[in-house]
Order: sequence, then C-alpha cells, then structure tokens
Amino acid sequence: MRISVGHLYPGYLNIYADRGNIAVLARRAALRGHGLDVRPVGVGDPFDSNAYHLLYIGGGQDREQALIAPDLVDKGEAIRSAHSAGVAVLAVCGGYQLLGRGYRGRDGSFMGGVGLFPLETVAGTTRMIGDVLLECELDPGEPHRLAGFENHAGRTLLDRGATPLGRVVHGFGNDGESGFEGCRSGRALGTYLHGPLLPRNPWLADWLLAQALAHATGEEAQPLEPLDDELAAEAFRVSAERARKRGGQR
Amino acid sequence: MGLRVGIETIAARAVGSISRAAGRGGGTTLPGKLLWKVDPGTVDALAARLPLGVALVSATNGKTTTAAMAARILGEEHKLAWNRAGANLLSGIASALVSERGAELGLFEVDEGALPEAAARMRPRVLALSNLFRDQLDRYGELELVAERWREAVASLPVETTLVVNADDPVVAGLADERARVLRFGVDDPRHARTALQHAADSKYCIRCGTPYEYAAAYVGHLGDYRCPACEHARPPLDVAARRIELRGLIASRFRLETPAGAVEIELALPGLYNVYNATAAASLSISLGASLSEVRAGLEAFSAAFGRFERIPTGGKTVVMLLVKNPAGANEVLRTLETGVPPVLVIALNDAIADGQDVSWIWDVDFEPVLEHAGQVVATGERAAELGLRLAYGGLSEDRLEVEPSLERALDRGLELIDAGTELVVLPTYTAMLALREILTARGLVRPYWEGERR
Repeated sequence: MRISVGHLYPGYLNIYADRGNIAVLARRAALRGHGLDVRPVGVGDPFDSNAYHLLYIGGGQDREQALIAPDLVDKGEAIRSAHSAGVAVLAVCGGYQLLGRGYRGRDGSFMGGVGLFPLETVAGTTRMIGDVLLECELDPGEPHRLAGFENHAGRTLLDRGATPLGRVVHGFGNDGESGFEGCRSGRALGTYLHGPLLPRNPWLADWLLAQALAHATGEEAQPLEPLDDELAAEAFRVSAERARKRGGQR
Repeated sequence: MGLRVGIETIAARAVGSISRAAGRGGGTTLPGKLLWKVDPGTVDALAARLPLGVALVSATNGKTTTAAMAARILGEEHKLAWNRAGANLLSGIASALVSERGAELGLFEVDEGALPEAAARMRPRVLALSNLFRDQLDRYGELELVAERWREAVASLPVETTLVVNADDPVVAGLADERARVLRFGVDDPRHARTALQHAADSKYCIRCGTPYEYAAAYVGHLGDYRCPACEHARPPLDVAARRIELRGLIASRFRLETPAGAVEIELALPGLYNVYNATAAASLSISLGASLSEVRAGLEAFSAAFGRFERIPTGGKTVVMLLVKNPAGANEVLRTLETGVPPVLVIALNDAIADGQDVSWIWDVDFEPVLEHAGQVVATGERAAELGLRLAYGGLSEDRLEVEPSLERALDRGLELIDAGTELVVLPTYTAMLALREILTARGLVRPYWEGERR
C-alpha cells in the first residue's frame, strides 16, 4: 500500500528535528511492506484535501511561523475538510498551536489558525522547557506512555469537552496547570512533545500509520505487526527517567 | 585602581591558586565567580585599565577556536588577558582579568547570551561576530532572540568600536549596517559550496522581506553568498576573504587570505571549512587591532587547536582524534571533514547535561547519513547512547555495525580495540562527554589538564 503524506512547510517548520518523525514513519511503514510518499506542501502550493492519508506539521521559530501563517489560514478550509474525511494528522509544537483557533499575543494581538483543534493558545511570560512523560489511552483499554521534550511559551487552553492527547505524569503540558497535554480530535493529534517524538515512542508511530492505512482503505484501523523495538524501549526508559527527575521545573 | 579593586583582586587570585592546588577543575571560573559576586563593577574597572583595550569574540560556533587563534597571533607582541579554557560568561572573563597581571590587551570569547552585558561593561575596541546557528534551544532560545540580544549589544557600543562581522551570515552581517567602523569577512571559493542548503540551515529567508535567499554558494549551514531575488538584499562586499581553499580531510587546510593590506597564503594545521572561517575571523580581528600580515600568518600557522575542539592524543600505539560536536551546524562540518576518508571506526558520545543541551532532538538535524554509508563500526555512547543509537539506526546504519555502550570509558576502549595498531580512532563527543573523556585520558597520563594550556 502507498501511504501519501503531506508535510506542511518543511522548509520553515523544522526546528525540533521534525524530519526524525518522518524518518520513523517511513521506516516503520517500509518494514510492513508499505511505501510512504512524503510530499512537501509549501507557501502558495495548492492543497488538495483528497490527496493525503496523513498530514504532518512541525514547529518553527516565531519568525518562520509568522511567514507561513497567512498561507496556512488560506488552506484552513481544505485542511479541515481533509480532517473530517478521516485523514490522520500529527501536529507538533508550533504546528499544534497553528492548527488551533489561534494565538493571542501578550500585546492583545490575535493570529488566526486553522481551527482544526478546539483550543486557543495564549502567550505566556516564561517558557516551559523540559522533559515530559504522559499517560494516554487513544484506544479504550490500551494505555500507553509517551516521553518527549517540551519548549514553549504559549499556554494552550482546550475548550470545554475537548479531548487531550494525554495526562501529564511529569512536565508542564499544555499550560502548566491543567495536567493535560496535547489534543486529540478523531484521527488528528496535536502535541508540544518533540525530541523528536516518534523514535522513542514507536507505538504512536504505528498508531498513526494504522489510522493513515484505515483512511486509505476505508476500513477500520488494524494494529500493525510488532517490530523489534528494544533500542527504542531503552531510549524511552532514559527519557522517562529524565522527565521524572527534571521535568516541569522552571 | 581603587583599594577595593586591589583587595578583591588579591583575594580572588588566592582562590584561583587554592582551587588549582586542590585539583578542582583548574580554577578557571572560581576566582571570577567570587569577584563577580562581590562586586561586578570590578570587571569594568579591570578592563578599563588594560592599556590596549579589549577585543570580544562571539558566535554560535567557533568562538573558542577563533579567540585562541587570535591569541596566538596577538600574544607574540602583547601580554594578553584571555579566557583560554572557554569560560565565557562574565565570571570567566573576570577570572582572566584577575589572573593576568600586567596584561596589555583583553581578548575574550563571550557566550552569545552574555554579550550585551560584556559589551556594555568592557566597551571593546573590537567586537568580532561570526555566526548564529540554531543551538541548544532549551538553553539559548530561538536564534532570533539571540540576534535581538546582539542588536542590543551592538547598539550600546561606542562609535569608535570596530565591528568585525561575517558577511556570509545575513543576520550577523546586518548588525554592521549602521556602524561607522566595520571589517567584513567571508569565504569566497564556490568549489567548496554545498550543492544545496543543509537541512539545518537557519537564516535562509531574507532579513528584510522574508523571501527565500538565492545562494550563489552556500558553504556552512546558511553561511554563503546570498541574494534576495525580491528586494536585492545581498552579501556585502568582503574586506577580508578566504579564497583558493584546499581542504585535506582530517589533516589540514590551506587558503589564500586576501586583506586590504595584501594577500598571503596560509597553511592551517586544522581540518575543515569551518576552521577556515575561524582563521579568517581571527585574522580580521587581529588586523583591526593593528597586526601585520606576517604576524597573522605566523600566528595561524603555529596554531594547533583550542581546548578539546580538535585534539590528537596518542595512546599505546594508537591515536585518539577528538572532535567536539555540539549542534547541527557544527556537527555537520565535523562530519564533512570525514567524508573524504571515512574512518573504519567511529565513537560518538551524546550527553544531555545543561552544557550539552538537555534537549537531544538536535541529533536528528545532523546529516550523519553520508558518513554512515561508509562507516565500518560505530559505537554510540554517553548518557543518551540509546537515543543516539536510534538516530544512527534510522539513518541507515545496520544493526551489525552499531554498538550501544553508555559507559564512555568502555566505549573508548571498545573503539581502540576495534582499530588497527598505528591508526586513528575518531571520537565525536558533546561538551561534557568531551570533558569526561579527557578526564579518563588525563587519568591515564595521556593528556595534560586543560589549565596548563594547549598541547604543543
């Protein structure tokens, strides 16, 4: 099966090693006999909401994010309709904020977003930096943990009734107070966790691939066959230990 | 000097001697920390007493090497106060000011974040700024934040200060736009340009209008000969240029240094285009302080390496070659020196202490792939050995060629065991891993402690 991935603004949003996430998706798809066709979607490029099974958007520096934001808003409707049709989405850090309704600056300014996730982000005065450990349950009865690194000044506030990606065990999470991290809406996941996220959390990479395959085939998502993830498990262990020792400290 | 300055200085010197006598890390920042705590104004007073003034060097990459090269050039003629061990916060500078009695010229590398305060306190005669790359975002924040601090630092300089800037970095070159006294340096040899901008290239959008720059040549990260197709903002003309560059793998390099005072051929005992940049920066800084071309040449050619950046350490018939890696742009350049002759065995060490960056995601921005393709055996080590192992495995290194050994000492010995007698083991450590490896080699009597200076 060919899995088609739309990578939004890779030239601008790549600050936290986002290509690592793509490399993990490609390799793990290949080991199951699937090909990953990753196509960059840049400023001014048309966005076809039927063209992709998975969308990826990473984080950038403020300057780069401001450069692409108007174009992303132009594509907003098409991205939302792709999401409604069942495309899997992973949005990390700045990309996560941009897929919300918008970002409110400290001067009261408001930069609009895509409105895919039911949330808003407000500029904070201090950055929340450090290792993070989360507990998640994307499928009922299947709890998992996620280890990553966060570095954000924005406080992301979920709408009432919105589903977070996970519960914070160690670290700050969305706003440093709610105890929640990230957001999930159908097959779309948004998170502040980078590191990059997927190499040491391979179960999440497989979950995303399964969702993308489900969208491609029109069938229910099926779990992928397991791989040897011994090294990833060790990397996860060290990262989770870091979060326990030094996560969520200002 | 006032009586207080005198007494505090004497006390601080005493602490430095005690700290060294106790074998605690060379005492390079301890006396300065004390002085800095007691009275930060002492730094201003001590700096103001230097008859030839102060020169400052800052950059994301290469500031230790650039300052050490300049010290080699300028140290023949002048007695220097110089923070040689890379202690580049105000406290480290204070230590250097305290310990060098009778110094004529202050020469300090300065941490990017500490630059505004250092510049405001010491009012340098020359400020040399080389590059800004993404670096330890958990520590320094985004590149634009550092750039903003540098703008602040430059704005506070006296009008007489000469600004030495790398014209090849659009953000850094832009800092000199409003200045009266400027020396712009850069590299000019398209044969050494990259075919495409590297993945980790940072300032690739026009600083005036945001359009992607077009590069006639991109040398290191986003450094190169750029031009904006929309608003015509472009690399300014070079006052000092490195041309006709020859790189000889891990051994050495050679280039023609062209300056307003003439041109000279330089043989550098250091590898890589990034060291040609460092040498050109050091030459420009020295020239702006009045050094002659022959002094520049003699200093650069006598230079071996700055602390831990590039060291050859013989050990039992084999040699350890240690090259510091600490961020994507720097690591890419180090790896590039290996591309022409990939060593059969590599040891790569990733720690995640504050000085290394606690966020290890940067290893995914490093282009390991061209080297991994040809590498024989790679030993991944350090606190985050498993993370590094994953990076290398996803980068195409097959399982049988990858060994993951978190213990630095065991990894070093494993690497040495894997290479043939009479050959070199290339080790690429992050900062605290480099310190720890040096300590292991020091304990074995193979390297001198760093406060005794560079190996000759």
